[in-house]
Amino acid sequence: MSTLEIPDAAVPVEPPAVRPGFAARTWRTVRSSRAAAIGLAIVAVHVLIALLAPVLTPYAPTVGDASHALLGPGADHWAGTDSYGRDVLARVLYGGRYALGVSVAATVLTLALGTVLGCAAALRGGWLDDVLMRVLDAVLAIPSILALLVVVTALGTGPAVIVLAVAVVYVPQVVRVVRGAALAVVPADYVTAARARGEGTWSILRREVLPNITDVVCVEFAMRASWVVLLISSLSFLGFGANPPTPDWGLMVAENRTAITVVPMASLAPIIALATLVVGLNLAADGLSKAWGVDRIREGS
Amino acid sequence: MLSFLLRRVVAALGTLVLSSVLVFLAVQSLPGDVATQVLGKDATPSAVAALRDKLHLDRPAWERYAEWVNGALHGDFGTSLVSGKPVGGEVGQYLGNSALIALVTVLFAVTGSLVLGVLAGLYRDRWPDHLISTVSLIGMSVPEFVVATVLVLLFSIAVPVLPAVVLYGPEATVGQLLPAVWLPAASLAIVMAAYIVRMARTSVIDVMAGEYVTTARLKGLSTWRVVTRHALPSALLPTLHVIALNVAWLVGGVAVVENVFNYPGIGKLMLSSVQNRDLPVIQAIALISAVVYVCCNLAADLGAMALNPKLRTRGGRTR
Repeated sequence: MSTLEIPDAAVPVEPPAVRPGFAARTWRTVRSSRAAAIGLAIVAVHVLIALLAPVLTPYAPTVGDASHALLGPGADHWAGTDSYGRDVLARVLYGGRYALGVSVAATVLTLALGTVLGCAAALRGGWLDDVLMRVLDAVLAIPSILALLVVVTALGTGPAVIVLAVAVVYVPQVVRVVRGAALAVVPADYVTAARARGEGTWSILRREVLPNITDVVCVEFAMRASWVVLLISSLSFLGFGANPPTPDWGLMVAENRTAITVVPMASLAPIIALATLVVGLNLAADGLSKAWGVDRIREGS
Repeated sequence: MLSFLLRRVVAALGTLVLSSVLVFLAVQSLPGDVATQVLGKDATPSAVAALRDKLHLDRPAWERYAEWVNGALHGDFGTSLVSGKPVGGEVGQYLGNSALIALVTVLFAVTGSLVLGVLAGLYRDRWPDHLISTVSLIGMSVPEFVVATVLVLLFSIAVPVLPAVVLYGPEATVGQLLPAVWLPAASLAIVMAAYIVRMARTSVIDVMAGEYVTTARLKGLSTWRVVTRHALPSALLPTLHVIALNVAWLVGGVAVVENVFNYPGIGKLMLSSVQNRDLPVIQAIALISAVVYVCCNLAADLGAMALNPKLRTRGGRTR
């Protein structure tokens, strides 16, 4: 009984002669990779639930009925009620709106900033690259949760502030990853040719570099989204994120934790919702990175 | 080799100086007047003026920065605006309590996840790998406060063997804190281990595909020997950085977990000082975190150099 397997000789994969459209290629990948398909399906279900929440539950997430407080799961309230008599299921269904809305906005902003800065650093090189990387290193050295807390206490807990704060915290890591990917593209002949044609940095970035690093950016998006969801829910849990009575999963766990012996479902339901969303994002990131040959785990480090 | 070492240390110091500037600027440039914010809107003008004077707010920012750094280098981080005690001593006390959690966490997370990661890598695509990979995927998909809440449900309520909250203040002794350390440490270790397991698995798979492992096996070495003598040292190399990053991440991770368990550590101090706008304490914690981060990265780089002969010789040649 051997626990070791002699690996097959690595078969070099022929690059496709014609690059298919990005959407078509993504669709093929999703169909062939079970992890990516399951992950994206889970995320899609979460988005649907968040959008259709008013249709799915007759209860309002912020209106409580004090005479029906702290009920266990039953026919009227499938997941019970919390200490204010609010329907837990309704709060969980609506809770995705805040989590998804803020997280998607924050991730898009982070990725956009990170991609532009990363590509610029790789293309321009020289002092811009040096200075940028030094500053980003210094930002990375400060714990993200502390940076977030300081920004939020200074500017208030509005969604816009949180989106901005998350971007500040996560841009350095995205820049590192994108810069690494772009550095592999910059020496290519077609970039040199574009430079020789006299194209500007912005045009080279958009037409030559970006199309060749979309894989990395997409995987980075899925992965960063999972981190952002976790960070934002932690912030809400600590009382610095969503303001009560907003339905939010992190906030719900914080509110119902003290009553966990009476109504465990009130804490467990948002936990399950949060965990499934992040598992979905992680599965999607894993599946896509494996299918596209992006070394996700190493990039996460 | 020596020049490589020197370059790394100088770069680390540069990062630290830049971080301290950023920390100082971020905290000092909080909108509004610091003195008014600390004292609240109802403070009398004379009280605000007194605090402004005490904080030297009338002097230019660079002068205050120089003074702060000079003090920090001598272990003097100023006085807390809330307790009135020296920040250095206060932060040190909380930091010591957190170090207890960090020690237990790192010990369990690193040993446990290396074993699991290597197992998953060796049994690639068979049931032990599937099991370990699935569990670690879930581990990295739940925030620390969720793990902590579930652990409290299991070990403090269902089977009441460990305390759910700490009842001692920051001056508690190690003996008093010891029973309370396990649940916070377990929460952090589970989240932290998930990342290390994945990294270790990938590097073991990479290494086991290498020619020298095949050679070792063809020499007739036992599986155990191949793994311990040939595969593990190389597989550890990329894992080192993930471990270092995770140790640095701990500084932030404790913020959530310590608040769940009311553990008197640096994370709890961080949150309360942010709430109270205790600026000297926030600055001190941020600076110490930056030092921990930079030191961990430096240690990982040096460790990687010690483990990787290629890096050593390259360093030697450039000299």
